[in-house]
Amino acid sequence: MRTKIEARELTKSFESDKGRLQVVEKVSFSVREGEFVALVGPSGCGKTTLMNLIAGFIRSDSGTVLIDSMPHSKPDSRGILISQQGSVFPWLTVRENLMFGLNAHPPAEHADIADRYADIVGLKGFEDSFPHELSGGMLKRVELARALVVKPDILYMDEPFSALDALMSLRMRNELLRILAKERHTVLLITHDVEEAIHLADRILVLSSRPTRIQATFEVPFSHPRKLTSAAPQELRMSILRELGVEQD
Amino acid sequence: MVARPSVHDASLVPFPSLTRRTMQHLKASLPSIAVIAVLIAAWWAAVIAVHSLIFPTPWAVITGTWELIYNGTLWQHITASLTRVAIGFGLAVCVAVPLGLWMGWVRGAYTTLNPIFQILRPISPIAWIPIAILWFGIGNVSPVYLIFISSVFPMVVQTTVGVHTIEKRYLRAAENFGVSRRILFTRVVIPAVLPQIVVGMRIGLGVAWLVVVAAEMIALHSGLGYMIMDSRNAGNRYDLVVAGMIIIGLIGLSLDGLMRLLEGNRWVRWRYAH
Repeated sequence: MRTKIEARELTKSFESDKGRLQVVEKVSFSVREGEFVALVGPSGCGKTTLMNLIAGFIRSDSGTVLIDSMPHSKPDSRGILISQQGSVFPWLTVRENLMFGLNAHPPAEHADIADRYADIVGLKGFEDSFPHELSGGMLKRVELARALVVKPDILYMDEPFSALDALMSLRMRNELLRILAKERHTVLLITHDVEEAIHLADRILVLSSRPTRIQATFEVPFSHPRKLTSAAPQELRMSILRELGVEQD
Repeated sequence: MVARPSVHDASLVPFPSLTRRTMQHLKASLPSIAVIAVLIAAWWAAVIAVHSLIFPTPWAVITGTWELIYNGTLWQHITASLTRVAIGFGLAVCVAVPLGLWMGWVRGAYTTLNPIFQILRPISPIAWIPIAILWFGIGNVSPVYLIFISSVFPMVVQTTVGVHTIEKRYLRAAENFGVSRRILFTRVVIPAVLPQIVVGMRIGLGVAWLVVVAAEMIALHSGLGYMIMDSRNAGNRYDLVVAGMIIIGLIGLSLDGLMRLLEGNRWVRWRYAH
């Protein structure tokens, strides 16, 4: 398979009151087309900075990001970011939100396309609702649908479900897998939830604490649907937690 | 199952939710109605107790108001004041909203113009009266200018603040979808700022109404401010002075109510949800 994303020696530091703060240090990895890669690391390690570098929202001090072997420095609709806080426009209805990024199609088709994607994520009947009329889980569906509707090659997901309760988070994970089985996207997921990473990803990169580097890589060889309670995933979970410095008996 | 009669039964009460809400409203406003009643009673008692020949009783104010309604002058004055406010305030909205958006969006415009506005803003509109008379003479232009100058600054400031407080995540999402500048403005920036613009308009209209009355007191031959001064000058008609004051208060209240209706608009309501 082709390489979709390639990060080469990415380095980033920020100026702060206490001087220069090194956040990302020489991070290199690549993601194949259609692959689901999870980045797992302790909180505050620079995961979000790394994601913003790759998506093009901030510039690195040194190193390059290649998307389809081409240098990438600005965000565009080939890679859509879904963040923890969400960015569904509260002043637009669900349909208007989904239509927001549709420039490539003739305007007459926008509403139909939007409604089709609302249906895919299970929001049929809520097309004319405003975000403040929806629950947290439904808002995530809007966000996901708004990203999918522009048919991005890559989904950048920064702790997308961590603001949801455990049950809704699990439901959204299953929903995401169901959609990804139909529309093959390349996904880069940031999470601090090891179980979530094992549930979703093909490969897990464990990040070190700040300045972040790639500390270890784990393949997740289990086929979907995954049964997380069985022995092999549990063993993998232990290994990853050990790598993160959390010892369990 | 036994059918139980309900108070919400449509056959018993034609508009159950409506009547219930009206009753709740009435209940909530009872204390303030009581306070107004007590104040009017105290006013009446005080006028009688001091045997004032000039200060009117509430009844004299009512008969005075009736006189103004009957001879038609009240409508003329109200129309004159409202027209001046409409023109001055309308011009201020047309200038303040684009200017505020520009200052909010373009850093250079903000750093250049904001200090000037911060100096001009605290100057009382009353202090502008001599200059207004010097520039525009005694006529309709002076009060319109005063209304403009007094309501434009709060609206510019609110609009600018509105742009500055757009949450970064929304701008970032717009950037991510790679939309054109036009879409960015019409679908993100302006809708995001609209609630703040409405707040600015509410403040601006309140100030405009304060100022029109003050401006009309100085000069001119029409308007509620003029009516008040004229009633005093032409024979100490304090019943008409007080009537004018109460009418100004009531119209100000309705204007504010009108602006609050705007806050319930679908383009603004999202801001007040949750």
